[in-house]
This record gives sequence, structure tokens and C-alpha cells, in this order.
Amino acid sequence: MTNLIILPILIPLLTGAILIFLKNRIMAQRVVATLSAITTLIVSFLMVHKVRNDGIQSLNISSWDAPFGITLVSDMFSAILVFTTSIVALVCLVYSFKSIGVEREKYYYYPVLNFLIVGINGAFTTGDIFNLFVFFEVMLMSSYVLLVLGGTKIQLRESIKYLLVNIISSALFVIAVAYLYSVVGTLNMAHISARISEASTNGMPGILTVIAVLFLIVFGLKGAIFPLYFWMPGSYYAPPAPVLALFGALLTKVGVYSITRTYTLFFYHDRDFAFQLLSILAILSVLVGVIGAIAYWDVKKIIIYNIIVAVGVILYGVSVMNHTALTGSVYYLIHDMLIKAALFLLVGVIIAITGTSNLKNISGLITRYPGLGWTFFIAALALAGIPPLSGFVGKLLIVQGGLEVESYIGAVLVLMSSLLVLFSIMKIFINGFWGEDRTYEGEEKAPVKWLLISPVILVVISALYGIGSESFLPYISQAAETLLDPSIYIEAVLKE
Amino acid sequence: MKKTHVKTNDVIFQPVTKVVAFIIIIYSLHLFFSGHYTPGGGFIGGLMTAAAFVLLLLAFDVKTVEKTLNVDYIKMTATGLLIAVLTGLGSFFYNVPFLTQTFSYVDIPLLGKTALATAVLFDLGVYLVVIGVTMTIIQTIGETE
Repeated sequence: MTNLIILPILIPLLTGAILIFLKNRIMAQRVVATLSAITTLIVSFLMVHKVRNDGIQSLNISSWDAPFGITLVSDMFSAILVFTTSIVALVCLVYSFKSIGVEREKYYYYPVLNFLIVGINGAFTTGDIFNLFVFFEVMLMSSYVLLVLGGTKIQLRESIKYLLVNIISSALFVIAVAYLYSVVGTLNMAHISARISEASTNGMPGILTVIAVLFLIVFGLKGAIFPLYFWMPGSYYAPPAPVLALFGALLTKVGVYSITRTYTLFFYHDRDFAFQLLSILAILSVLVGVIGAIAYWDVKKIIIYNIIVAVGVILYGVSVMNHTALTGSVYYLIHDMLIKAALFLLVGVIIAITGTSNLKNISGLITRYPGLGWTFFIAALALAGIPPLSGFVGKLLIVQGGLEVESYIGAVLVLMSSLLVLFSIMKIFINGFWGEDRTYEGEEKAPVKWLLISPVILVVISALYGIGSESFLPYISQAAETLLDPSIYIEAVLKE
Repeated sequence: MKKTHVKTNDVIFQPVTKVVAFIIIIYSLHLFFSGHYTPGGGFIGGLMTAAAFVLLLLAFDVKTVEKTLNVDYIKMTATGLLIAVLTGLGSFFYNVPFLTQTFSYVDIPLLGKTALATAVLFDLGVYLVVIGVTMTIIQTIGETE
């Protein structure tokens, strides 16, 4: 079917519109939302296989040929990201049933959740730079609503910050696109790539380097890299657990995806400056992230700073830009989406039981919640990259790729950061789960069994992803090949 | 939308509004239908229809307007969204890319030979969404104390 590629965008969009009509019928909302999430998952799975068998899929919307209309492009990188997004969205949805509360559910929680997925899947799939901007806005506006929904004091305060930062970065995005359009005269990403390549036969023109840096600033603000991460720890602290899990797992990763896409497709000629800058900023992000992660005694804050570490590690792999490191980056990106969602959901369960996120007020959870404890333990090991689990292969490949191009400082720092990540997450495990058993107010009311379903599923997937890495690597490797050789992408879109 | 306790007499404002609101709505429909060949379209048409409703809100109070128009604007927005998406979904049945539009010339009595394009249906979706969103914003702000 020609339109298969658009279904992961279209299904949530239709569902979102239909759910608005079911405002007060919460059960109906839940059923419809779950069914649509499952359908999206199946469709995105089919998409991965189609890309695996037939190569890059592209769809010219409304039948206008490639550089003139909007094109949706699904290469392996996009397809597996959309698939992972669908998994995360489904489990966060299931988690929401018992945790988000009837009041929020009545005020369009599920429709907005669906619109968020529309934005994310769209951003991953689009082949048009301005369309990418539009999907960014769809995603951001839904995230504004999800952040502020409920209207507690902290949510209102942090929403204002988040809104301000993102409006400024969106304006910069439009300016960057305008600059790029004035230089190359096209918006189709494959066509831009071809035009930039023509212009850079004798090295990258200065203005294109400026645009490359501008794009790094724009997407860095969305993806929270080193000097532009300042808004994140506060904003992500505010929303409830399932929303936080969606944000932590998906939103920053869209920024990371966009940096990867633009740098490997547009600006790959500019190794001297833009890639150097990306590499330095990525390493600094890792450093700042681990400093934050070991500094705090707040479970949410620790995981939030770990997002910055992961973003740094992935982008370091992109800045190295050889096959090994890119494979590692893609592998690590998928791993990080799964495991961050699992960790935030687990932290949500801990907070539901204890009523606090301050680690100093939590101890001895393992005696009465062994399931929660061991799931958290495995998730923690996976995050740090202990061999059989999923964090290992990605980081190994990134470090190996770094060593291949003799970028020793970066590779060693990425390796060392694992130790501190492990320390920060084990701090939660040792202080929160071991020690003296205590009782907490209102813990009987916490639906622990239900809430545990989602993170357990994610941890199991992540463990399988690590153990069965041999069978996943062909897919990841195919994604890295496209990233490494833009001509494959250009040919698939422009069909020359 | 008035919240004053002093009883005022809008003996000129209200009758004028009754006439003017209709003229504005007709003009907005004109803008909506002329979008394909001349400036206009769903967005500006929707905004202008909403402007007519806002004028009604200014001249009468929220309850009267709600009773007269009797529309749930949030559902109106959702309907618009559905219409726009479903227009695109039509392409699935003909196995062509999403949102591919088609048109044909039809002889309609009175109007003569007229081009009917599916793009108008998409515009209708936009039109409804714009009215729905504008009115939701204005009414919610107007009703909060």
C-alpha cells in the first residue's frame, strides 16, 4: 500500500480528533486510545520490515513530485525510531490509567497525548525541513499542554520557562530555515543535501557553516546539549510520572535525531569546524550531566541529568561519523529511549509509594516491594552499560569508533562517564531500597501492581535488545549506512 | 460578556449588531469560497465568522449567544479536524498518495458550470477549526472570573 508510511502519523491524529468527542466517557477514551496505540505499533513494525526488505520508502504527499511537494521519507533510522516511539507511547498510556487521575483524564489528556505522538512520529518521518518545523510545533504545543495540565503551582511556573525557551528556539528555527532557503533555494531535505554538496566542491562556504551552527543551537535547545540544557532540569521536574517518561524518552531524542539528520545529510562536508564543535559540546554535555547526576539527592533530578549524559554520548558518536560510531549512536539512542522511559516510570512508582522524591526520606523498599527493587536494579545496570544488557553494545561501538579516529580524550571520557552514571543510579538503589524498612503515608492506596506492568515490559524489551543484539545489529547497521552515505537517501527521494 | 451591575440600554447597538453580524457572516462565506482563485480561504473566512460571533458577544451576553447559536466549539474544532483528515483519507481508496486532490466540472442549475474540488472540503475543515478555536479561547477567557 502506498500510504503505509503515513499511518503512524495519521492513526494518532484521527484518534486524537475522535477522543475529543468522548470527553466525559473515560473508559471509552482508554479503550480507543489503547486500540489505536496497538495499531500504530503494528503498523510501525510492518514499516521497519518494509524498509529492511525494499530499502528507503518515500511518499510524495498529494502526488507532487519530490523537490516540489512535501515528501515523507522513512529510512531505517526513522523507521526504528518510530517503532520505539510506539512502544514507549503504548506503555506510558497503560501506566496513565491508574496514575494520572480522573480530573486530568477528563480534560483532554488522551487526545493531547495522541497529538504529541503525531508530532514525534511526524518529525521522525518527514523529508522536508519546514515540515520538520511544523511537526516540532505540533509536538511542542502538545507538550506545553501536558506539562501544564492539572494546574499545580510548580507546573505553572515551569511551563512559563519551558514555553519561553521553546518559543525562542522555534523562532530561531524559522530564521535558520529562512537562511538556508535563501542560500540553497529549496526545502526538500534530499534536494538541500544535493545543492549543498554542489556548493561545497571546494570546501564548505562560510555561510553554510554559520547555518550549521545555527541548526546546532536550535536543535541543541530542544535536545538539551551542554550550554543549552539549562531549562530542562526544572521543566522536567514538574509534570506527573507518565508525562515525564514521555518527555524524557522522546522529546529530547527528537532534537538528537534532528542534529544527526541535518549533520549527516547536509553539513557532512564541514568536518573541520561544525563537527569539531559538535564533538566538544557533546563531551561537555556528558561532563555536565554526570556532575548533575551525582550531585543531587532527588530521584527525579538524578534521572533527568542522566538524559543530558545520554544526549552527549549519542552526539559524540555522531560527531565521530564513521560506521562503527554511527551504529553505536543509533543503537544507544534506541536503548536510551527504552530505558529512560522505564526509569522514569519506576521513579513514578517509588514516588507513588513514598509520596516524596527526596532520597533521604526513602529506605528499605526492597523488603516489601522486591519486584520493584529488582526491576530497578536491572534497569540501572542497563543504563550504565553492564555487558549482557542493552547499554553495553552501543557504548562499546561509540568508544571503539572514537578510538578508530584517534579521538582518545572523547572516547575515554565517554567510558569514564559510565562509572559515574552507575554511581548516581546505584545511589538511588542502595539508599532507597536497602536499609531500614519504613512505612509511608498512603502507600496502601498506590496501585503498585498495575503501575509496575509498564516498566517491567520496557525492562524486558531492553534486556532482550541487549542479549539479542546480534539479531538487531543488521537493522541498526543499515540505518548507519544511510546516515554515512547521503547519496542513498538522495536517490531514494529524488529518484534520479 | 457584560459584567456591569448598572443596567444600560443598548437600544442602538443591539439592532445594528443584528443586521451587521449577518453582513459579516455573508462576507466571510464569500471569502471562504473565493479562496481558490482570489485572496481568501478557510483561515480568513473562519476568523471573520468568529468576528461576527464576537460582535454578538459584545452586544448581548454570553448566555444569550450560547442559547441562540447552541454550538459546542470544542466539538466544532474536532469536527473540523476530522473533516480535514478524512478528506485526505479518501486517497486511500484510490491508492494514490495521501491528500491527493481531485476536481470535476459539474453543471449546477442556476450557477452553471462550476468546478468542484476536494480541496474545498479540506478548507471547510480549516474553517471550522479556526472558528472553534477562536470562540473557545474568547468564551473561556470571558467566563473565568
